[in-house]
Amino acid sequence: MARDGRPLQLFRNLNAKIAAIPMIFTAVVIFAGGTIWTVVYSFTDSKLLPRLRWVGLDQYDRLWNTSRWIISIENLMIYGVFSLVFSLVIGFVLAALLDQKIRFENTFRTIFLYPFALSFIVTGLVWQWILNPDFGVQSVIRDLGWESFTFDPLYTADIVIYGILIAGLWQGTGLIMCLMLAGLRGIDEDVWKAARVDGIPIWKTYLFIIIPMMRPVFITTLVLIASGIVRVYDLVVAQTSGGPGIASEVPAKYVYDKMFLGQNLAQGFAGSTMMLLTVLIVLIPWAYLEFGGKRRV
Amino acid sequence: MRLRSTLAALAAFVTLPAAGAQATELEVTHWWTSGGEAAAVAEFAKAFDATGNKWVDGAIAGSGGTARPIMISRITGGDPMGATQFNHGRQAEELVEAGLMQDLTELAEKEGWRDIVHPVSLLDSCTVDGRIYCVPVNIHSWQWIWLSHKAFEDAGVPVPTNWDEFVAAAPALKEAGKIPLAMGNQPWQSSGAFNVMSIALAGLDAWKAVNIEKDAEAAAGPEYAKVFKAAADAREFRKDSNVQDWNQATNLVITGQAGGQIMGDWAQGEFQVAGQVAGEDYSCLPGLGVTEVISTGGDAFYFPKLDDPEKTQAQMELASLMLSKEVQVAFNLKKGSLPVRGDVDLAAANDCMKKGLEILAGGNILPDTNQTLSPDTQGQIEDLMTEFWSSDAISAEDAQQRYAEIIANAD
Amino acid sequence: MSNPGSLNIAAASLDAVKDRIDGGPRGPRPRKRISRRNIFIYGTLLVVAIYYLVPLYVMLVTSLKGMPEIRLGNIFSPPVEITFQPWVKAWAEACTGLNCDGLSRGFWNSVRITIPSVVLSIAVASVNGYALANWRFRGADVFFTILIFGAFIPYQVMLYPIVIILREMGLYGSLWGLVLVHTIFGMPILTLLFRNYFTSLPEELFKAARVDGAGFWSIYFRIMLPMSLPIFVVAMILQVTGIWNDFLFGVIYTKPDTYPMTVQLNNIVNSVQGVKEYNVNMAATLLTGVVPLVIYFISGKLFVRGIAAGAVKG
Repeated sequence: MARDGRPLQLFRNLNAKIAAIPMIFTAVVIFAGGTIWTVVYSFTDSKLLPRLRWVGLDQYDRLWNTSRWIISIENLMIYGVFSLVFSLVIGFVLAALLDQKIRFENTFRTIFLYPFALSFIVTGLVWQWILNPDFGVQSVIRDLGWESFTFDPLYTADIVIYGILIAGLWQGTGLIMCLMLAGLRGIDEDVWKAARVDGIPIWKTYLFIIIPMMRPVFITTLVLIASGIVRVYDLVVAQTSGGPGIASEVPAKYVYDKMFLGQNLAQGFAGSTMMLLTVLIVLIPWAYLEFGGKRRV
Repeated sequence: MRLRSTLAALAAFVTLPAAGAQATELEVTHWWTSGGEAAAVAEFAKAFDATGNKWVDGAIAGSGGTARPIMISRITGGDPMGATQFNHGRQAEELVEAGLMQDLTELAEKEGWRDIVHPVSLLDSCTVDGRIYCVPVNIHSWQWIWLSHKAFEDAGVPVPTNWDEFVAAAPALKEAGKIPLAMGNQPWQSSGAFNVMSIALAGLDAWKAVNIEKDAEAAAGPEYAKVFKAAADAREFRKDSNVQDWNQATNLVITGQAGGQIMGDWAQGEFQVAGQVAGEDYSCLPGLGVTEVISTGGDAFYFPKLDDPEKTQAQMELASLMLSKEVQVAFNLKKGSLPVRGDVDLAAANDCMKKGLEILAGGNILPDTNQTLSPDTQGQIEDLMTEFWSSDAISAEDAQQRYAEIIANAD
Repeated sequence: MSNPGSLNIAAASLDAVKDRIDGGPRGPRPRKRISRRNIFIYGTLLVVAIYYLVPLYVMLVTSLKGMPEIRLGNIFSPPVEITFQPWVKAWAEACTGLNCDGLSRGFWNSVRITIPSVVLSIAVASVNGYALANWRFRGADVFFTILIFGAFIPYQVMLYPIVIILREMGLYGSLWGLVLVHTIFGMPILTLLFRNYFTSLPEELFKAARVDGAGFWSIYFRIMLPMSLPIFVVAMILQVTGIWNDFLFGVIYTKPDTYPMTVQLNNIVNSVQGVKEYNVNMAATLLTGVVPLVIYFISGKLFVRGIAAGAVKG
């Protein structure tokens, strides 16, 4: 084996290419192929089974005239922005606190991380139970004597999405915290020493020196959080089933319901195409910065 | 799997050549998981096992909405089950057109289904291009309101005998700390209740114009305006029923926490499991006590095409069995639904079922919305109704306008 | 092949990597034991810890109560009379349709689904990551970008195309079909992690092995693999939790005989017969979560170490 020294340039990476076949297959056939297939069929009137009978933009027309879709998009925006901000802030603050040479670091870390081991279905059920006005937090506080206390996000249309957010953050911030902690540990001690010598306050050190140094960690966490946001489905189904009314609907649920319950595949495909479009708008600039700009130099 | 069942079938064939029974495992998927439903489905399984075959139960919990996607994926994915439940109507239409379902015409002709199934319109929904593809097993009608005697006693008002009296009694119920109208949050419950109200309050002609002819003008007309007005009032009554599932809402009625519930006759099974007696503990009013008709929706079983001739044989046996007299009686008594044949004796039926049977015998029947509207249109109506019933933000007028638009585009 | 030179380098770099990761907290050193700062830190951590622990506590307490007690008491009070009946019921007696054998049926199915899926998906993703990090070929970035894009595609969207692909491959409804699906959907994140990890290993190692004439697979098995324990632990934990907790694929790509535990959990929780039995639901929920939870508690520290290695370098 040690014999074959330097293979021909053409076959240089042959093994690597063979090894990458599963990845290429997945990327091209499943992800790209499936996506194109979905987009193509969104211009048809497919019902239960896919068929190629073109109807132009009818499905999109109907989509954007459906109040349930509009509400779904609004919910996704609210959930997305808050989820992103809170995950990053809470994750970073917790990581920074754990990074202070404290006692019981392992215990705290495990406590923050364990919800990630539970599925969204479980998370949704538990929080549904805790936020249930007849049994949960509201009734407990009322029993303590504060009769007028009202906290029933899951049954109030205006704030139901925040009830889902509470559960989503509970499940997800632990992992973000772990990533941030890992990032903090990767920063050289000398940076801190230098900052202290220069008399820079701690919060400034974090904000202007440490965070910019943790760029790769932030990118990984962003991918994780953002992909979780677009996909949010199980949690809503388990917690509220989209209710009260249609106040906590999300796009993924709309797509699923139209495809399989309404037996209108094309309408579901139109919804998913819009979701994918949103992802692309966010992702392409990032991919360009990540791969296009840096590596090709 | 297949080898094992073939062997089992072979063994049965060897030991019981005279009976001709072939023990074949048949997986049957359905979404009957509540107390009364599970008891009813057990009757099918018992009868099927008695023929020497084996019923493999494939229950999927969480209503048809969860179960149907799974069933459809499996059939289109080329891994079909032996038999599967669908609501009677258009849900399986395209699967049949794609040639994925077993043709039952021969069996139906041999056994004369056209003569025994009553009303015969049930069989029409199973028919595509003159061929029969499914077995109707029961008739479920939506047009009922279930009233808790205890709740009305506690509130000190008599049990109403029609919708108007119910509306009049609602404030008293509220004062007594009851929920006047129990309704779960699942979308099909709100659209179902609306449909029941429209048959009762808008009248048959208007209902038919909208749901069968898909006449958008009728949907925007004055009859339907009355319905939307009444529904807007009714949504006040349903506040505080913070439950999801229909049978949890029924449970509120059973325990007297709620005055009534608009729900199909499957609710009957829950009262029965709870040991309640019709006429004493609870009342039922067909057509909300206003227009006494029932819709003949229900469940039907479809049999996907399978490669294995043994299984096909077992499918035919199951299809035939589901329509047999004994099984029809046993199943429907547990399920609280009406049998699909007019020639069976339901002496054991309770008051509510008897009312239903009478209306059925009198021919006051309507098709179910599952038969007249496509799942897509129904889904749009469900979305609208869910929004409407849960939020005061939409006025009756706005809702009616959007409803008319959906009907205009219905297929 | 024996290359003492490269192996020594490997060992040395491994130590270097470990040093970096195990280096301990790097934040500013605290000055006093009890200070305002410490009170603030521990106070905040404690409050947050309570928020994280409350649901687990509620689940546990509820699962040990009888139904009458649940209806009367509040959800935070400890059980007056401890009963294990809900646990027994959830495990062995709860009904879905005609099957009254609780979660027990699904447990072994889940094991049978999880093990091959985890092994295959990690094997594939680690080789991918290795090829992307060390054997870059033309077009690799394009494929990788598409793969990452795949991480954002909602699963529901892909259900139908995958039904068709599996049907054409003849794998629909089989265990291997499900394993393949899990491998496909685990690939984006896992490949990203492995690629980042292998990129973070010192390049000299790889170059030395190449000079010694080692090929693609021998470098992978003899050098990369022995150095990658932390990232394999991370991948394993992510996959075990992901696959164990999966509901959607489990219910669509299997049949009742082989339903995983989560499907049974859903069936139990949604099969309301009369009143919702919250205690049984909670016990079932906890039982379903036990496997991933145990893995977390055992491997907590390794997990963080691995995450550090896989995510920090990009």
